[in-house]
Amino acid sequence: MFEIKEKKKLAHLVTLLRVKAPRIAEKRKAGQFVVLRLNEHGERIPLTIADSDPVEGTITIIVQEVGKTTALLSNKLEGDAILDVVGPLGRPTHIENYGTAVCVGGGIGTAVTYPIGRALKEAGCKVVSVIGSRTKDLLILEDEMRSVSDELFITTDDGSYGHHGFVTNVLEEFIAGKRKIGMVIAVGPVPMMRAVAQVTRPHGILTMVSLNPIMVDGTGMCGSCRVTIAGQNRFVCVDGPEFNGHEVDFNELIRRNRSYLKEERMAMEEFVYHEGARCYERRGD
Amino acid sequence: MDPKEAKERMKIPRQDMPEQDPGERVRNFYEVAYGYTPEQAVTEARRCIQCKTPLCAAGCPVGIDIPWFVRLIAEGKFVEAAWKLKETNGLPAVCGRVCPQEDQCEKVCVTGKRGKPVSIGRLERFAADYEREHGETAIPEIPRRTGKKVAVIGGGPAGLTVAGDLVKRGHGVTVFEALHTPGGVLVYGIPEFRLPKNIVAAEVEYLRRMGVEMECNAVIGKLETIDELLSGGFDAVFIGTGAGLPYFMNIPGENLVGVYSANEYLTRVNLMRAYEFPEYDTPVIRGRRVVVVGGGNTAMDSARTALRLCPEEVTMIYRRSMEEMPARVEEIHHGAEEGLKFQFLTNPVRFVGDDEGRLKAVECVRMGLGSPDESGRRRPVPAEGSEFCMDCDVAIIAVGNGANPLIPQTTPDLKLTKWNNIVADGETGRTGKKGVFAGGDIVRGGATVILAMGDGRRAANSIHEYLTTGVW
Repeated sequence: MFEIKEKKKLAHLVTLLRVKAPRIAEKRKAGQFVVLRLNEHGERIPLTIADSDPVEGTITIIVQEVGKTTALLSNKLEGDAILDVVGPLGRPTHIENYGTAVCVGGGIGTAVTYPIGRALKEAGCKVVSVIGSRTKDLLILEDEMRSVSDELFITTDDGSYGHHGFVTNVLEEFIAGKRKIGMVIAVGPVPMMRAVAQVTRPHGILTMVSLNPIMVDGTGMCGSCRVTIAGQNRFVCVDGPEFNGHEVDFNELIRRNRSYLKEERMAMEEFVYHEGARCYERRGD
Repeated sequence: MDPKEAKERMKIPRQDMPEQDPGERVRNFYEVAYGYTPEQAVTEARRCIQCKTPLCAAGCPVGIDIPWFVRLIAEGKFVEAAWKLKETNGLPAVCGRVCPQEDQCEKVCVTGKRGKPVSIGRLERFAADYEREHGETAIPEIPRRTGKKVAVIGGGPAGLTVAGDLVKRGHGVTVFEALHTPGGVLVYGIPEFRLPKNIVAAEVEYLRRMGVEMECNAVIGKLETIDELLSGGFDAVFIGTGAGLPYFMNIPGENLVGVYSANEYLTRVNLMRAYEFPEYDTPVIRGRRVVVVGGGNTAMDSARTALRLCPEEVTMIYRRSMEEMPARVEEIHHGAEEGLKFQFLTNPVRFVGDDEGRLKAVECVRMGLGSPDESGRRRPVPAEGSEFCMDCDVAIIAVGNGANPLIPQTTPDLKLTKWNNIVADGETGRTGKKGVFAGGDIVRGGATVILAMGDGRRAANSIHEYLTTGVW
């Protein structure tokens, strides 16, 4: 069992959890993820490790409520436990001094961008960050991103905070301004990563993206997370999660991520009906 | 045994094992075969003529003293029979169910020369079940602790065998399992209706009671490397990580929604219990028309699992003919009884999807058999112009597994074959790296539970020798 030491609400439906997992905390590097299972009936879901504290023996995960499992996880309290946490999985981000590195985070993807930005900063990069969300209330980790960035840009789709528009608008301006970019790392919803890759492709800027397919075991055994990279089948759990964005078949990934929409909706409805009331009561909101 | 008695015994007909009715069982996940009653077991055991030089035992990868345990059953000493089995086989209830006995012990049975062989597998299962169900599981006396520690990577058949053998010799053993429960292919791969999971759990519990430590959620290569294990207090390491990377066919449309590797399909249904969705959270696409590509036991397990999820039709597509199918005859028979359809001498060339990227059909080509290949089986050759389409919304690819990269990635001094399997000595399980042994599918590629257990047995012997003498 893995105890939840701290819980913090970051935005609407977005929760930060600090979980006791000393051995993972000691080993993990930026870009890696864990697979967790909440209870005996639970499914296995991958979540990126946003941060870790080897001294305290904790890892930080950030979760957005999108279905039953993430809702259950978000409703856990400090002192509650998660049944299984396995990791650190995936290959760490390749970190080197790229000169100027642009870190793009969309929505909850910023949780992944943050540790990568920090590692790039420590490697000597000039870090320029662009983080965006649909609206101000959904923006997360602004202070954290500021602390690892030389420059920080914020965008909201509805203009409620920062630039009115998309992260790609800022990136386009940046490129138009003829500033030399060593690499771009983009993490967020698949359409956002696809858009970022489209913006940088004509300019030949190395663009890494961190993919979030459906996984089961997370160790290469099942192939659920396969994606087409430069025409080749690759497993995100062991070959990734980061790939060159110019080589990813994003449309295929979007379709595969929709494999169980019907089942997910059904599970969520059942959950809200049977258990939701009890959980919300317990949480007190 | 005097010849007259032997002759009498050989006249006893082979006892059939009662089974669930096919029409009934195809709608549930309960075990297909019920197992022998004590009376049936005694009758069947009496068919054994107790050969002086038993060929059956020589045909067993873990060297069970078959005539001895069979004789104990014939004498009604069921629990003693189970103990006898456990001297050489840590997982008799499992092996009694999933071993291909027809290719091993029963193939060479002398009784079988004139009629049908003694049902050694069914008797093994009976004795192990009897012991477990009657609560008489004996824990063998563990000798004084040697103070040596062994890390076993992978809690499947090979790893569990190594763990049992070494803990019995007084060594400390920790099994590192990547998944949330030990058992490996016994829990994620082989379906409940062929091997109930509570039986695997009982066998694992037995190892625990003997002192084996089980650490789940531990991915070696990520959480710790082999070198870290060796420098962190372990005197030897056994790698039994299995065949951990499914092959696909590299044909168009393979990433459409509804196309699964057999590993994924079986893991979802068996380990994660998708057949009880939404009671359990993991979903699986049940499908209306299911095709399974392949002809081995994994393909057969996938097909029979699919049948139980109540589609209209499940069809196996195999590129050779029925005679070449590597699946066990008994399983093919069970599948056919349950309504499984077959397309032999057929191979998929392309999967076809709808606008949303979901599978709707598979295009196949008919195959002819050409000259024999290196396996001695006739090589399938596509017949030009014979392409045809089959509607399907789920396709399960069961064409084998490659080696998992996680351990080699972080252990650069391990020698690999060109297929990335670990190179290990067939007799001792020794790899080229000091203190490191390997066995099972990570060495063999895809094989069987019992062959992995045989590897585990031999590796345990040589690990013991290494720990005792210190000589590499």
